[in-house]
Amino acid sequence: MFVIDYIKEVWRAVKSLATGMRRTLFYFTHHREIITQQYPENRDTLNLPERFKGEVVMPHDEKNEHRCTGCTACELACPNGTIKVITKFDISPEGKKKKAIDKLVYHLELCTMCNLCIEACPSDAIKMAQTFEHSVFDRNQLTKILNNPGSKIMEGVE
Amino acid sequence: MVEEIGTTSEGDLIINVGPQHPATHGVLHLVITLNGETIKKVEPHLGYIHRSIEKMCESLTYRQFIYVTSRMDYLSAHINNHGCALCVEKGLQVEIPARAQVIRVLMDELTRIASHELWWGAMAMDLGAFTPFFHAFRERETINDIMEETCGARLTMNYMVPGGVMQDLHPMFQKRVKDFLVLYKRKIHEYDELLTGNIIFQNRMKGVGMLDPADAISYGCTGPTARGSGVRCDVRKFAPYEVYDKLDFEEVTEQGCDSFARYMVRIREMQQSVRIIEQLIDNIPSGDFQAKTKAVLKLPKGEFYQQVETARGELGIYIVSEGGTTPYRIKFRSPGFSNLSVLDHIARGSKLGDLVAMMGTLDLVIPDIDR
Amino acid sequence: MWSFSQIANNVHEWLGRTFSPSMALFFEMVLAGIAVIGLFALLGLVLVIMERKVSAWMQIRLGPNRVGPKGMLQSLADTLKLLVKEGLTPDGADKFLFNLAPFIAMIVAMLLMAPVAFARDFQLWDMNIGILYVSAVSSITVISILMAGWSSNNKYSLMGAMRSGAQIISYELSAGLSVLSIVVLTGSLQISEIVHSQANGWWIFKAFPTVLVSFVTFIIAVTAETNRAPFDLAEAESELTAGFHTEYSGMKFALFFLAEYVNVFIVCAIGATLFLGGWMPFHIGNWQGFNHVMDYIPSSLWFFGKTFFLIFVIMWFRWTFPRLRIDQLLTLEWKYLLPISMINLLITTAIAILGWHF
Repeated sequence: MFVIDYIKEVWRAVKSLATGMRRTLFYFTHHREIITQQYPENRDTLNLPERFKGEVVMPHDEKNEHRCTGCTACELACPNGTIKVITKFDISPEGKKKKAIDKLVYHLELCTMCNLCIEACPSDAIKMAQTFEHSVFDRNQLTKILNNPGSKIMEGVE
Repeated sequence: MVEEIGTTSEGDLIINVGPQHPATHGVLHLVITLNGETIKKVEPHLGYIHRSIEKMCESLTYRQFIYVTSRMDYLSAHINNHGCALCVEKGLQVEIPARAQVIRVLMDELTRIASHELWWGAMAMDLGAFTPFFHAFRERETINDIMEETCGARLTMNYMVPGGVMQDLHPMFQKRVKDFLVLYKRKIHEYDELLTGNIIFQNRMKGVGMLDPADAISYGCTGPTARGSGVRCDVRKFAPYEVYDKLDFEEVTEQGCDSFARYMVRIREMQQSVRIIEQLIDNIPSGDFQAKTKAVLKLPKGEFYQQVETARGELGIYIVSEGGTTPYRIKFRSPGFSNLSVLDHIARGSKLGDLVAMMGTLDLVIPDIDR
Repeated sequence: MWSFSQIANNVHEWLGRTFSPSMALFFEMVLAGIAVIGLFALLGLVLVIMERKVSAWMQIRLGPNRVGPKGMLQSLADTLKLLVKEGLTPDGADKFLFNLAPFIAMIVAMLLMAPVAFARDFQLWDMNIGILYVSAVSSITVISILMAGWSSNNKYSLMGAMRSGAQIISYELSAGLSVLSIVVLTGSLQISEIVHSQANGWWIFKAFPTVLVSFVTFIIAVTAETNRAPFDLAEAESELTAGFHTEYSGMKFALFFLAEYVNVFIVCAIGATLFLGGWMPFHIGNWQGFNHVMDYIPSSLWFFGKTFFLIFVIMWFRWTFPRLRIDQLLTLEWKYLLPISMINLLITTAIAILGWHF
């Protein structure tokens, strides 16, 4: 019958629309389901996983010593030329020349956080920090020198 | 003074959709010839986001070039990286540890679900329904959190390296994935309530954008686009890599050939991915997560090809090596490019509103098309 | 008891005592104009924030929550931003029509305010052809949209305007037919009489099945007439970027935006008046106590409550459904809504003649 089919069709259509509307009404009335994070307010409670790749840093201990030998493995591993190792020669107390880093220049603006430099580093001198608020007003501030001024290599790291 | 410009000699309207347009999801530029609301011709213009990734890869070593491929099809970054890693491993003849294989497959399937979630929300938005977009992002966000915890990034992870994966799984990984599966199963019926069952949606999708199986093959369509026309083309089935041949899952095909069939393929594929994850999540073998490889990788002289199934279809990676540390030539066969080429064929004669829906069901990622 | 009609009467009496009758009438008109513009601005602000909150909660978001307490001043900030924005007129546009179109949209929305009964005995103009006036004036909206689309000299705008023309003209039919069923039942086109006829019960309850059907068709038709999703083909931002107002910016865009929301308010007010009793409180048969309690709620509250409920329903549609295609839109009207409302009108007429309603 044409009329019955017609009415059935209309009924099915209305029912399918009502199902969707019931779902949206559910969320309209259940505010506990809201998943928005209020970002600048929750900055203190923000919990980034320890593996999060934010930027490359070089940890220093309390004696202002790092583990970087200046082997340039990270510079070679980097696909973008983000890291530039500038080496110098230290004169040890015994009078021997020893290669050490003068500056480890890190261009944050070029970095893609691929983690290849950290994988390549034989002495675990650099690691990824969990920062992510990198915006600055001047692009020059994104070029960073990772070793602290006056720092030197840790004892026993070759 | 209104001038008569932008019309053909027959008086048809020519409209530029894109490169900045809400429906093109990126910088795709379509030149559409319209007769009233009816489409007479669609001409895609490419190149707005061409970054010459293939050329870039030629100057990067075999370890370095993998990360660039995350930027092609950024929604299935893991799978792109996986393909590249597999291709390099083929040349190196390395045996990958069982644990790494399982981790890779788990990551691939999670990526596939995340990609299909985004597609679902974005396609609903193309059709004018905004709410599903946010609901899809709820589940996708959970996957992104899992990725962030294990791989350290949410979108371009660079987790696959030649020989295995970069880091071991996070201790919480299994629990998080199980939580996600619970959430996913609790929410999956909402997708049907909000969109699949909706009469407006079904009328918009059914019988629209017909793609014959023969045309799908001749245009080189792969992935859900071709499987919606009943073409069996899942790389995971016909050329299994890693542990896919040991897994129990179906190759999803639909016989409808229309937009709705392509929609249903993706919806059902998500469930198959969940099935794969369920099989693997409790059976991750112990052992190394990375095979021992040399510090400097050198592929022997020759040509190497590897295909993988991304969320959009078959991705082919073709490396020509001269024996050095960098590839001599690299070529990607990206699924988006072939899938886009079919757009003109299926859009002719349909309405302008349908074009947007069809582009939605083709699941185009523009950086994948341009590379 | 404090009420709108009392304030209006006091103002009227004071003006009558102080000025000559013609001056008093002039001042009353000015006051009414100011009141309408004030209501206009207020409605714009309230409805925009309401829409944003409703959409946010349906989409598991928080919505605006930064400007003012709980984000309630967000739309004020948006208005300020639109005010100071440059109103650009494209080079190839027909400048006169381009600038005229948003004002026509506004004026139509303002004209429609005239016969709406906001509270007991509180109405700008209780004309005896109120319903006819509403349906006649509301169809002028299409002229402003066509004008905007044509004069923009933009293909997206033109397509949006053409879609809108086809859409509004077809949906006028079923909106008119569903309104007619109430006219048949009351035997009057006057808004105040229609409201008074619902003193012992709203029409949606009094003539239950048929009026419910015409109520549903009315809601669908007015959603289409005001170009709201799922019938927002005139703007369809995923297809036509912004449809007929693609080229508008600044305050001219804001006028279109405002006119859309005020139109939604007016059609919901008309729907509430016709089917849900307007400002008439909810009464149940002979329950004197209950009816008495209901009478204590001010009539303006009843009116705005019902209107905002209908507005919520229309927003609810928008945030749930995908958009229709242009041919499906016309199919829905000509193959479903029109036959249904015609048969429904026939049955309603029979009910009215036979007196089978309460």
